Amino acid sequence: MKTIFEKTKGLTAKPFHYCPGCTHGIIHRITMEAIEELGMLGKAVGVAPVGCAVFAYEYFNCDSYEAAHGRAPAVATGVKRVHPDSLVFTYQGDGDLAAIGTGEIVQAAHRGEKITTIFVNNAIYGMTGGQMAPTTLIGQKATTAPYGRDEAHAGKPILVSEMMATIPGSAYIERVAVNTPANIRKAKKAIKKAFEIQRDGKGFSMIEVLSTCPTNWGLTPEDSLKWLEENLMPYYKLGVYKTPEGGANNG
Amino acid sequence: MAKVLMKGNEAFGAAAIKAGCKYFFGYPITPQNEIPEYMSRELPKIGGCFLQAESEIAAINMVYGASGAGVRVMTSSSSPGIALKQEGISYIASCELPCVIINVSRGGPGLGGIQPSQSDYFQNTRGGGNGDYRTPVYAPANLQEVIDMTMDAFDVADQYRIPVIISADGMIGQMMEPIEFKERTGRSLPSKEWAATGTNEEREPNSINSLYIVHEDLEKHNWKLDAKHKLIEENEVQYEMYQMKDAEFVVVAYGTTSRIVKSAIMDMKKEGLNVGLIRPKTLWPYPYKAFDEIPKSTKGILTVEMSTGQMIDDVKIGNNGRFPIHFLGSPGGSVPSPEMIAEKIKNILGGEKK
Repeated sequence: MKTIFEKTKGLTAKPFHYCPGCTHGIIHRITMEAIEELGMLGKAVGVAPVGCAVFAYEYFNCDSYEAAHGRAPAVATGVKRVHPDSLVFTYQGDGDLAAIGTGEIVQAAHRGEKITTIFVNNAIYGMTGGQMAPTTLIGQKATTAPYGRDEAHAGKPILVSEMMATIPGSAYIERVAVNTPANIRKAKKAIKKAFEIQRDGKGFSMIEVLSTCPTNWGLTPEDSLKWLEENLMPYYKLGVYKTPEGGANNG
Repeated sequence: MAKVLMKGNEAFGAAAIKAGCKYFFGYPITPQNEIPEYMSRELPKIGGCFLQAESEIAAINMVYGASGAGVRVMTSSSSPGIALKQEGISYIASCELPCVIINVSRGGPGLGGIQPSQSDYFQNTRGGGNGDYRTPVYAPANLQEVIDMTMDAFDVADQYRIPVIISADGMIGQMMEPIEFKERTGRSLPSKEWAATGTNEEREPNSINSLYIVHEDLEKHNWKLDAKHKLIEENEVQYEMYQMKDAEFVVVAYGTTSRIVKSAIMDMKKEGLNVGLIRPKTLWPYPYKAFDEIPKSTKGILTVEMSTGQMIDDVKIGNNGRFPIHFLGSPGGSVPSPEMIAEKIKNILGGEKK
C-alpha cells in the first residue's frame, strides 16, 4: 500500500485539548510540518505562551519551554544567544503578544533577533473565557466588552503585522489566514519562509495567522470560518508586509 | 595567586567569568551599573554574550531561556529592578533552573534612593514571586567574599538546580579591596541532560515548564522542591561567630553593617566590654543554629540593619525567646557609625527599657 499522507513527526501523539472547530490544531500542524520539511526538528526549540496554546510544549515534538505571559520572545532570545544554530520559535496568541508582551516582541524584532514568531490572532482571549483582546474588532462583543468594543473607550484594534513591519530589525512579516484549504497552504508556505529566514541568519521573522474561536465567538465552527473571512480579513489584510529586501507588498 | 585591587561591582563580574559564566542579561540601574558594564567589556573577549535587555522583566526571562539551554548565566540589578524580576525568578525556581542573580540593594520603598540599604532582606529571602519557592541568598561583607561567594553561587545553583541570589549593597558594590582567586575544592555537579538544546533527533524532547494543571502533580512537584530546600538548609548554612567567648552582649548583623559592628566591638573591648557578633553569611538558609552557641553570660541581643527591621524576624526565630532582643536601624541610606552601635549597647546594659 502506498502512503500518501502521514502525520508529521513534528507533533507528538498527545491529543489536542482545543475546542471543536478551533484552528490552533491546523496552525500547530503546518508549523511542525514546515520544520520537518526543512529537516530541522532536531535543532528546533519552541516557546509556548500563556493562553489557549499554553500546552503547546506537549504537542511540539522538539525541545520546548513554557514561558510566562508575554515573555516568550525574551526566553527565545536567551536560547538563541546560547545556541545560534538552533531554530528557535515562539507561538503566541493576541493577548500574550499584543497586550502583555508588546515590549518583548517589539524589542526582539528591534534587535533583529534571529527567531521566528507564530502569532495567532483570533481577536479574543480564549483560555480565560472570551475577554476583550487588543485585536477585538470595533463593535465585537466580549465578556469584558458586553456592549461591543467601543473605540472611544478602548481604542482601535492593534495592527501587529503593520507595526512590526516598521521596525528596522524585522526581516520577514506576513499575515495569513487558515479559513480555507488554499489559505492553509499559503499559511504553511509563509511559515516555512519565516523559518528559512531564521535559518539563513537574515533576522527576525513573524507570521500572523488569523484564527477562529467558535466557543467564545458563540458561533459554529463553519460560521466561525465565515465570520473570520467577513470580519477579520477586511480589517486585518492578508499579505507580505516585510521582506529582507525591504520591499513591502501590502496585501 | 597574587592579590589584585578591584571594585566590588567588577569583582562580581570577574568572579562570574572565572566560574565559567559566559552569558549575562541585564538592565541599567544604580548602584550596580559597573556589573553590566564590566560584562559588556569582558564577555565578547571569551566568546560569550552580554545583552542589554529592554527591561528587568525581559532580562530575567532571557536568563530563563539561557539557563534552560544548559549554560551558566547571570543577571544583576538593584531593589526596584529585582522587584520586576520576581515573576521570572518564580518561574526559574519552579523549572529548577540554575542561575545567579545579584542584588546591589538601594533604599526603598518605591524609587527610594541610591544609597546603601539592607531593606531588601525580605525581597531576597522571602521573595516577591508567587508560590512555594526558596532561593539561597549569600551576603558578602568584603570583596574577597564577593569573589568566593559568587563562584560558590554558581556551583550551588548547578548542584541543586536553583536560582541563587547574592545580597550586597552600594557600599560593597562601590568599595575597592584586594582580592585573590583561591584554589577551589570542586563539588561534584550533575550533568544537565534536562536542557533544551535541540534533540538532534537522538533523544526524547526536553521541556522547561512550570505548569502542573493536575493538582496531584503540582502537590508532588512542591514536595519535591521542599525536600530540596530542606537539603539546602541542612548543608549550605554559613555564618561567622566573632568574639563570642564570654560575650556579655551579642550583635547580629550581615554585610556592610557587620563590618561596622566589628569596629564597634573592638572599641568596646578597649573599654573592657565583651561584645560578640553573629554574622550570617547565608541569609537563606538562615543560621538559626548559631543562636544555640550564645554564651550564658549574654544579657541581650542587638540586631543592626540598614532598614526598619527585617532580619530581626529571623533573629527572633533563632533566639526562640531566650534573650531580650533590641534593634538599631538606619533605613534612609545612611550607614550606622561604630559610636552609635556602642552607645546603643551601653545604654541597654545601663538599664534602658526595651
